[in-house]
Amino acid sequence: MDDFLPVRGVRYVRTRALDGVAEVGRVAILMRDFARFLVPGLSSFGRVIQQMGTIGVGSLWLVVVVSLFTGAVAAVQAAYQFTSVVPMRYLGSVVLRSVIIELGPVLTGLVLSGRVGSSIAAELGTMKVTEQIDALRAMAIHPIRYLVVPRVFAAIVMLPVMTVLSDAIAVFGGYVVAVTSIGMSSHTYTQSLKDFFLVKDLLSGLIKAFFFGGIIGVMGCYYGFATEGGAEGVGLATTRAVVASCVLVLISDYVLANVLFRFIFAK
Amino acid sequence: MIRVRGLRKRLGAKQVLDGVDLDIQAGETVVVMGRSGSGKSVLLKHIIGLMTPDEGSIEVEEQEIVGMGERDLDSVRRRFGMLFQSAALFDSLTVGDNVGLGLREHLRLDDTEVRRRVAERLEWVGLAGVEAMKPASLSGGMRKRVGLARALAMDPQYILYDEPTTGLDPIMADAIDQLIRSLQKRLGVTSVVVTHDMTSAYKMADRMVMLHEGKMVFSGTPDETRAATNAVVRQFVQGSSTGPIRPL
Repeated sequence: MDDFLPVRGVRYVRTRALDGVAEVGRVAILMRDFARFLVPGLSSFGRVIQQMGTIGVGSLWLVVVVSLFTGAVAAVQAAYQFTSVVPMRYLGSVVLRSVIIELGPVLTGLVLSGRVGSSIAAELGTMKVTEQIDALRAMAIHPIRYLVVPRVFAAIVMLPVMTVLSDAIAVFGGYVVAVTSIGMSSHTYTQSLKDFFLVKDLLSGLIKAFFFGGIIGVMGCYYGFATEGGAEGVGLATTRAVVASCVLVLISDYVLANVLFRFIFAK
Repeated sequence: MIRVRGLRKRLGAKQVLDGVDLDIQAGETVVVMGRSGSGKSVLLKHIIGLMTPDEGSIEVEEQEIVGMGERDLDSVRRRFGMLFQSAALFDSLTVGDNVGLGLREHLRLDDTEVRRRVAERLEWVGLAGVEAMKPASLSGGMRKRVGLARALAMDPQYILYDEPTTGLDPIMADAIDQLIRSLQKRLGVTSVVVTHDMTSAYKMADRMVMLHEGKMVFSGTPDETRAATNAVVRQFVQGSSTGPIRPL
């Protein structure tokens, strides 16, 4: 009876569902501990600044390149869709609003999920399997305070900062394409940016980035701490952190878009 | 004094500790012997509160640590220093920062005093002047000694050593044994050493205990250990593959 395929299938689904619920619970506990140790964890400001540097400076060129080409592609695509339908003088506004509302925060979130989430998970995972986290606890230094708070806080602060940078670079990428390839004047593009810029659009992107930063930091730390075994375990933790961060960034983007544009910034 | 009573711990399908009783008197050096995987390191991690037992009690100076909150546990842990099997040095920190981490985190000392204490501890372990080096550039023996300097940094009452000589060549292993012994004499700390290296064990121990199949099967002085009639202890001490302990 136990080998009957549907029974095995039901048992598998039930086990995976319970594992999933347990995992959500463990992430919630990590977030609770982060909140509990936030103030003592921030008292060592040097470690927070160091993490901000690692996240910001370490990801700078990646964000610059991705954003530049994202803005350029947005301009090319918009110009193609505008042809014979929408006056080309609106090109700048379309690039601007699509970048600051959606492309800037989401692409920065996805890029940093790979770059930062993986590096946090790999570092903490290696510390776990080499007993460095046990060593911290043995020295009466709480790993949440010492390791998690600086990383998650730095990610929460740096994601909006990197998003602003990404927005600016992407708009510039769109400008380069508009002026050099589509034949718009510099003045028309910049005027279009000014005419349609809304502070609430920028704010919505930054609010999203704030949440994406939390997701990336928490997922990196969670999977790093959950690492078991040796090198294989570290590799697995890194992959899981990146996959979970990317999926959660996209899901939360949808949820936040609804909350922000249907309720908070509806008017 | 540390008092362990009825300690049980199951990891997966294996009953690693199965009712362990152990008393460690102040100032003595107890060596815990046993085969690889016999639960020696698990016992050590219970004593410092890194693992929670399924059953049993652990008292440190008459304070029960099983079930203790993390904050209270931290105040107990500050009386301990621990040398991990792999030294567990923090890769991202220099040697100086590794040794000084506890001082910086727990004591409000100025930087000059921290550096002075770090230099002193490193000198004790024969590694003066290596503060700026990164753990990755150290040899196995140097890593162990830095780990020992870190364990000594906070002037602990108790030091736990997890396989202090494993993976070292015999000359370096002897140097580490001598170092541990001289520090114990100089500082008068209570030490628990986990090892399966009998040469080291005889040199360091005031008392030797043996953990086998989750239970303490022997306790005695090094001379009593050499003369033990218990078949399990005799086989282990002699390093023989024939006897009650099955090698595979």
